[in-house]
Amino acid sequence: MKVKLHGTRGAYPTSSANNQTYGGNTSCIEVINGEERIIVDAGTGILGIDFDTFYDADRIDILLTHLHMDHIQGLAFCKPLFNANKEVHIWGPGGSPESLQARLNRFLSPPLFPISLRDIPSKLIIQELPNTTFTIGNFAITAEYISHPGPTVGFRIQCGSKTVTYMPDHEPVIGKAHLFPEDEWVSGFKLAHRSDLLIHDSQYSKEEYMNKVGWGHGSLEIAAEFCSRAEAKHLLLFHHDPAHSDDERTRMFEDFMKRANYNFPIELAVQGHEIEV
Amino acid sequence: MSAYEIEIILSRQLADCLTVPVFLVDPEGTLIFYNEPAEVVLGQKFQDTGPMPVGDWGTSFFPHDGEGKDIPPEELPLVQTIQNKVPAHKTFWIKSLKGKSTKISVTSIPIIGRSKNFSGAMAIFWDNEIIG
Repeated sequence: MKVKLHGTRGAYPTSSANNQTYGGNTSCIEVINGEERIIVDAGTGILGIDFDTFYDADRIDILLTHLHMDHIQGLAFCKPLFNANKEVHIWGPGGSPESLQARLNRFLSPPLFPISLRDIPSKLIIQELPNTTFTIGNFAITAEYISHPGPTVGFRIQCGSKTVTYMPDHEPVIGKAHLFPEDEWVSGFKLAHRSDLLIHDSQYSKEEYMNKVGWGHGSLEIAAEFCSRAEAKHLLLFHHDPAHSDDERTRMFEDFMKRANYNFPIELAVQGHEIEV
Repeated sequence: MSAYEIEIILSRQLADCLTVPVFLVDPEGTLIFYNEPAEVVLGQKFQDTGPMPVGDWGTSFFPHDGEGKDIPPEELPLVQTIQNKVPAHKTFWIKSLKGKSTKISVTSIPIIGRSKNFSGAMAIFWDNEIIG
């Protein structure tokens, strides 16, 4: 199984020259198993996917963790949606009085977008995520609600013996420096438990976080503590704050790594990178 | 490996920030968390007791009515919320380990998250001597 990172940025896309190291596109990854591919989140990173080369099949699956703009903005310009021969399955969280389709339609309709969902040419199948593990091809997917404002899930994606956990927006504990000591009280613990790769929110430094408690994001420190607690094997720090230049982000990471003492690899996510799981 | 639903985890975080006693129970009625102010009511620390079955916590603070008659666990608001999945409220007396009776009001609410599953209940205790 491979993971390709198409967008690693949080909040909003940036084309600044200061943000080219880690990339300017917002959240989107592809999980790849041979010819099978699923797309997770539809930030502006989705626009970098080569649909012509890699998506011969009629069906395309896009999983959404939540509907904040940095996770759906690319959907509006996603090529397969405008191909009448494609069947696009969009999976996202329920948990709201309004259906997923109605919530997506708020964005994909005038005045924010020229056409409405019902006029999109592809065959759109919009499905609220079930409360149980479901399969797409050989991928077994579990979605669970995690700590972030509004209905938000994390995904655990298993293929064969390998597992990837994706939590781009997650505040595992609110306003505390450390996780609760008991595993069962840690948001998202089950999703991440013993994953081969954990892709996790790390938007802030420890100091910044204390001024942004409850905003739904975490620090590098808490992401690493979460990974360690969940016994995940590899941590990819995700959802970079576009308010930081990449040089600042690198320094923040290096400072953290000088103090950190973990026995698993920790890296900053880089747009365009592929990770073999 | 088991883990609580996010709405239960966030309820604990809320309870952790409050100065009023809060109990959290799972759908079976097991007391899965109580905050520091509730430790004063129970006379025990959560880190010492861990989760407690309803039969234990329901009697450990000696709930009784104005005439000193014991209130059985099934009449406590939190137990009623667990049984009926609706909010409940009751004013009654509890006795501390030192034998002092205190008049309290308890409001309990069911916790039903986005998955629409009944995950447990939360009870908030009001000390009527302080607020009255």
